[in-house]
Amino acid sequence: MATQEVEFAQVSFTVEGGRQLLSDISLTVEAGTTTALLGRSGSGKTTLLRTVNALVRPTSGQVLVGEQDVAEADVIALRRGIGYVIQEAGLFPHMSIERNVGMALELAGKPKTEIAARAAEMLRWVGLPEDVAKRQPWQLSGGQRQRVGLARALASDPKVLLMDEPFGALDPLTRAEIRAMVRGLLEVAVKTTLIVTHDLDEALYLADRVVLLEAGRIVADLAAGDVLESTNDAMRAYVAATWRGDAA
Amino acid sequence: MREFLRQYGAQIARLTFEHVWLTASAMLFAAAIGLPLGILLTRKQGLARPVLAVANVLQTIPSLALFGLLLPVPFLGDRAARLAIVALTGYALLPILRNTYTGIRGVDPVLVDVSNALGMSNLQRLLKVELPLAASVILAGLRTATVTCVGVATIAAAVGAGGLGELIFRGVASVDNGLVLAGAIPAALLALCADGVLGLVEKRLAVRR
Repeated sequence: MATQEVEFAQVSFTVEGGRQLLSDISLTVEAGTTTALLGRSGSGKTTLLRTVNALVRPTSGQVLVGEQDVAEADVIALRRGIGYVIQEAGLFPHMSIERNVGMALELAGKPKTEIAARAAEMLRWVGLPEDVAKRQPWQLSGGQRQRVGLARALASDPKVLLMDEPFGALDPLTRAEIRAMVRGLLEVAVKTTLIVTHDLDEALYLADRVVLLEAGRIVADLAAGDVLESTNDAMRAYVAATWRGDAA
Repeated sequence: MREFLRQYGAQIARLTFEHVWLTASAMLFAAAIGLPLGILLTRKQGLARPVLAVANVLQTIPSLALFGLLLPVPFLGDRAARLAIVALTGYALLPILRNTYTGIRGVDPVLVDVSNALGMSNLQRLLKVELPLAASVILAGLRTATVTCVGVATIAAAVGAGGLGELIFRGVASVDNGLVLAGAIPAALLALCADGVLGLVEKRLAVRR
């Protein structure tokens, strides 16, 4: 039986003013799998993702990473064990690409030679030429920056990878290329991945499992292969509204 | 002109040195207080408004009045230079404090988020991300403060603290425009030099995005 890597147990989150962004979410994510958190803007998918690396603290309920309760974990050590990729990459503009990629190792106090070697390896992994290492983020295209963002997230070899709309800001062609690269990478470097998206096509292409959220609640939780034929009302409505063709 | 310089050259040089010394000392104190305090305010948001308000008020007091108000204060009143440095520090404080605070607060929240997600401690985030990205804004504050200080330091002569203001005050008292200019021109050049040099550094520190 597969082991659980991330578990949400009755997680709720209410912001000041009483608006509830997450309501009683319970979900177990098995190690080495990719789960897509699908839903429209404001459905709570990003908030749920951010509870995993403690960027959001639930008002009630429990989030477990490995066996550890996030609320009780050493937050710095926890975050260093989790890769995080966001839309438009969020690269540090004052640092070279090499330093951006190697930041997790720099924070862990690794020697410079080791960091440089790892950064070069990661850049190869994400399909970027070696000379990119010495450049600054502004010298790269949006697609290249996104690849660097992924390289940075994977550099410390985290067990868990969180991706928040990672392809949102890219043109369709670059988006397709990087999506294919990510799928290839996840097949080789097995990670427990949570990916936030509102794109059903993307969810089906990358994920083993699709969790649909609406107004902070899980309304469907299915294996990716069952999504298009699902009888779940919410999923059927989402598929009918957004599905335009074959994912692969 | 040559005659004038022969007569006053040594004095101008001495007073310029005094002027630079007063300004530099005040800037050192203002930076030593303003930079850490500005950083602290970004961490204790509740304090920001009252502290910046006090610095604002300090800035609005007319300089001659501030020198006069500080005269009877024990310890400060004993030595004019000491008094002048304290008053100049007060004037330099606001731009440094405000720019440190707004510079750090102005760092893209996405980058702060990413720093946290990478597992940076508060200090690591400050040193590796926030300060480098806010550096040009902070330097702009230091630049404004320096130029203000060079200007206000001319008033320090009114309490006997020396500096180029001494020539200006003497010139005004004796209706001697030559003396006024002998004080005003080096003071203006000092301000322009400080502005130019710090402007260049500021440009170098600006991060291209």
